[in-house]
Amino acid sequence: MIIGGVKPLLFRPFSLTLPGVDIVETHSSGRDAALLPRPFQKWFAEKGWQPRAHQLELLSRSTSGENMLLIAPTGAGKTLAGFLPSLTDLTRRGRIPPGSAFTGIHTLYISPLKALAVDIERNLMKPVFEMGLDISIENRTGDTPQAKRQRQKLNPPDILLTTPEQVALLLANKEAERFFKDLKYVVLDELHSLVTSKRGHLLSLGLARIRRHAPHMRTIGLSATVSDPMDLQRWLVPQGEDPALPAGLVHVTGGAAPDIAIMRTEDRIPWSGHVSTYAIPEVYEEIKRHKTTLIFVNTRFQAELLFQTLWTINEDNLPIALHHGSLDAGQRRKVEAAMAANKLRAVVATSTLDLGMDWGDVDLVVHVGAPKGASRLAQRIGRSNHRMDEPSKAILVPANRFEVMECQAALDANYLGAQDTPPVGEGALDVLAQHVLGMACAEPFDPVELYDEITSASPYATLSWEMFERIVDFVATGGYALRSYERYAKIRKTKEGRWRVSNPAVAQQYRLNLGTIVEATELNVRLVKRNAQGLAKGTVGRGGMSLGKVEEYFLEQLVQGDTFLFAGKVLRFEGIRENECLVSNAFSLDPKIPAYAGGKFPLSTYLADQVRGMLADPDRWGVLPDQVRDWLNIQRERSMLPARDELLIETFPRGKRFFMIAYCFEGRLAHQTLGMLLTRRLERTGARPLGFVATDYSLAIWGLNDIGAMIGSGRLSLSDLFDEDMLGDDLEAWLDESYMLKRTFRNCAVISGLIERLHPGKEKTGRQVTVSTDLIYDVLRSHEPDHVLLEATRRDAASGLLDLARLGDMLARIRGHITHRDLDRVSPLAVPIMLEIGKESVPGEAHDAVLQEAADELIAEALG
Amino acid sequence: MRYAGLEDIELMHRLALARTISGGPAATGAEEIVVNGVLAVCDPLGGLYLPETGILVVSDLHLEKGAAFARRGMMLPPYDTIATLNILSAVIARYDPKIVVSLGDNFHDRKGSEHLAPDLRALITTMARGRNWIWINGNHDPDGTVDLPGTCTDELFYGGLVFRHEPSLISGPGGSKGEIAGHLHPSATVRRREKSVRRPCFASDGTRLLMPAFGVLAGGLDLRHRAMNGLFDREALVAHLLGRERIYSVRYANLIG
Repeated sequence: MIIGGVKPLLFRPFSLTLPGVDIVETHSSGRDAALLPRPFQKWFAEKGWQPRAHQLELLSRSTSGENMLLIAPTGAGKTLAGFLPSLTDLTRRGRIPPGSAFTGIHTLYISPLKALAVDIERNLMKPVFEMGLDISIENRTGDTPQAKRQRQKLNPPDILLTTPEQVALLLANKEAERFFKDLKYVVLDELHSLVTSKRGHLLSLGLARIRRHAPHMRTIGLSATVSDPMDLQRWLVPQGEDPALPAGLVHVTGGAAPDIAIMRTEDRIPWSGHVSTYAIPEVYEEIKRHKTTLIFVNTRFQAELLFQTLWTINEDNLPIALHHGSLDAGQRRKVEAAMAANKLRAVVATSTLDLGMDWGDVDLVVHVGAPKGASRLAQRIGRSNHRMDEPSKAILVPANRFEVMECQAALDANYLGAQDTPPVGEGALDVLAQHVLGMACAEPFDPVELYDEITSASPYATLSWEMFERIVDFVATGGYALRSYERYAKIRKTKEGRWRVSNPAVAQQYRLNLGTIVEATELNVRLVKRNAQGLAKGTVGRGGMSLGKVEEYFLEQLVQGDTFLFAGKVLRFEGIRENECLVSNAFSLDPKIPAYAGGKFPLSTYLADQVRGMLADPDRWGVLPDQVRDWLNIQRERSMLPARDELLIETFPRGKRFFMIAYCFEGRLAHQTLGMLLTRRLERTGARPLGFVATDYSLAIWGLNDIGAMIGSGRLSLSDLFDEDMLGDDLEAWLDESYMLKRTFRNCAVISGLIERLHPGKEKTGRQVTVSTDLIYDVLRSHEPDHVLLEATRRDAASGLLDLARLGDMLARIRGHITHRDLDRVSPLAVPIMLEIGKESVPGEAHDAVLQEAADELIAEALG
Repeated sequence: MRYAGLEDIELMHRLALARTISGGPAATGAEEIVVNGVLAVCDPLGGLYLPETGILVVSDLHLEKGAAFARRGMMLPPYDTIATLNILSAVIARYDPKIVVSLGDNFHDRKGSEHLAPDLRALITTMARGRNWIWINGNHDPDGTVDLPGTCTDELFYGGLVFRHEPSLISGPGGSKGEIAGHLHPSATVRRREKSVRRPCFASDGTRLLMPAFGVLAGGLDLRHRAMNGLFDREALVAHLLGRERIYSVRYANLIG
């Protein structure tokens, strides 16, 4: 149903609400309707619609002063529900007469995507216009012109639609109090996706400050289903010694159950790998059978490969597009516009399309590769059909045999409505440093007052005073034990004990560096023509089309002539000129594919548990394809299948190596960390480990000595090997030597304001100064290992890259439940991970060996 | 000039190596080469020793880089100067040179040497005791040093070689021939079996030599960058990469970048 090109997101005919949909109430009584001012009642009546029960409940409770959380599936009229309290209040208030005192904004709407803020403005203006309401609505994003931003400060709109970064900017301003003092409502859209990131941490601190300017402000959080609503309910209210009640909850469940199937194929299901190329002919047939298909994948790598392969069999020339975060913004906008106009038959996309925009009439979602999390699957499937009362249709395409089980588990979970969204987590310290500087930019702050304000934000509720002081010291002079930067301090204490910025340049620097998203160093990819003559000299033409951005570290691996897949094309690497990567069209069919590090989600704890459960219970294998069932049956004969809480360890020889496989099912990140720690321990026991490889499901370690025999003879104890104490000294020792933390450190250094952000295009002016954060990390680590920024880095890595919490939980869970099988050859269950060996290298070793080999060539050349 | 982040430069081992000063050049893993007929020893800590004249050359110390950034509001660790000087004193102890030539960009900015803390100043004075010290002026510090031992100059001609900060664009004697220069912070990348390693390097084609940056926060620029164009006879160019314990020499054609 299309009205004027825009689907009626906000309002729906009451009659379409199906019975059986579990909304709090389905009817709105006359008393409820009285909550609505006349223009609203009249407008509803003219349209032949009625407000939904949850919309009215939210209105009534919010109006009476409660902070509220609304959890509802896509298409339930969430946006209108969020704005009704504010629209009705503004209508009752009427227009502020000219000549009155300055009035700040009435409602602040915050969305994680600026495109969403723009989308909402369009959708909100329509009913406001039709009802003839005298309400001003404006958006403010990074794209808003400077003149308009200035004007908004002088003459604020009633409703401002914006992003977390803009909120931080507005708050770091001397006019902040004036601007926010009249604020009544803060509406937070897609709250579930905001709160778990550093952006959410920054926003929580911003909310705490807003509350100081406008103590009677009420929050309204809008969210998709989450595993722990109480996390969000607490997030929405101030914490403290006498904590306020958590936000009230309106939970709209139901919607029609989605119709999900696992793709069946005649072809052999691969043992390992992440690309489902085997199933592409079937996927293509599904595209032909549907109007618009959205194809989700987990990584840009998969997106590129899938898109490329689809086009090789696209005999009907169907309009199939590609959408991922590395593509040029212009190209992405084109795809989005074509999608909204229903001009495309299919789009291959990564998580860039996850969040709640309106993508035209999608009638099928295909998920290639396992979804890795039940909640993520539900969100993505919600992209199809966009109406809660019609079933969404989705097909899952597992990439390998373990993923078949994972998809089945996710499918069961979706029917059960299980949720596995990550917890909100502790507030990051680098974000706190950024906020502290911002608050000094706004006005000189009293440290005790600011501390109380900060700890009223739920992610920072447990922040210690000591840590707060260290952060303030860090912001002022870098927080070093060697106090040599006092005279360069960015913020200084006044006689009254307040901290203020030293000079206006500091505030300017803060504004330029604000934000919590740090992009990897990326180079623009430009398509150029290759001419035979120029090629000989190693030069190429200039001025071709820009295709998008690729991470620098990936390009460092390439030599001229290497081919790779990007923007749906096979490209030939020509070289790097200034800040651009030059490529030409290649005619190779076997490209070297970008191995993007980003976008690979680890298997969620919940799904992992489900897979373990399925493995342990042959009664549930009935739904699995024959090939997978046979595989599990043979495993049961040759070795065993572990019980749900059991850890199976297999050992066997192969070639001249001895292998140990641990089936932990805790996700790739936790397995990687475990692999690093176990190899250290095995080294000490004399097992002479050589390397390891980790997948989402298991960990394989190989070495020169017979690990199985060592366990059998009691020389090696598995319970000692897997003891939780590995998270103590071994972890510390490993982190000291590891280079894995450097990337995390870089992010912390940028977010905390230690170094300036790179601003694209400014390199040439010479004002841009860069310094390698890797070098800073090394110097800092060797001279002040307990510096607060290193502490921030370790905390970040523990919850992110290293997944320590999960590893710890697993080690506790398997204590006393380890079963060892010493085999004479590789087991069926081990085949998938054995096939991964050689595809992925173990990081951080043998650097000098590489140099040695290169140098040997010179010697051979000299002697030969 | 923009120096890319060098994930693979293993600064930690340089810092650690400097703490374990080993006795005598024999154990250093250094590599002997010839530049314009003059014997030169490339040391893995980043210094160049000329045994015939007893000169030790280091380049691009960029002392007080942390402080220079702090003056502009970026509070980099204030430990870079002491870290660089510790490595320098290790190299000096190794070769006991008659003359130390610091090849420019000795300090990261003009204010660096003036604002140097007294203990660091004393450290340099101790190192310079009993030998000549020559500060070649660089583009970061064109005005020379303040209150430090030694002589400041733009160029030095000595023992068949010319020492200057920026490599000359003129060829022949007095230009590129026999020139020891810095400024460009050369580094090189090699790849074997899908693994690539990038390290700072000495770069020489036998006619001239470009020094690696010695300062711990200095960073590097790939030898294949266009800023290096025209400086070398690439057929004869060899990169001498700083390894963990020794120098690794790789022909230009075998580098990637």
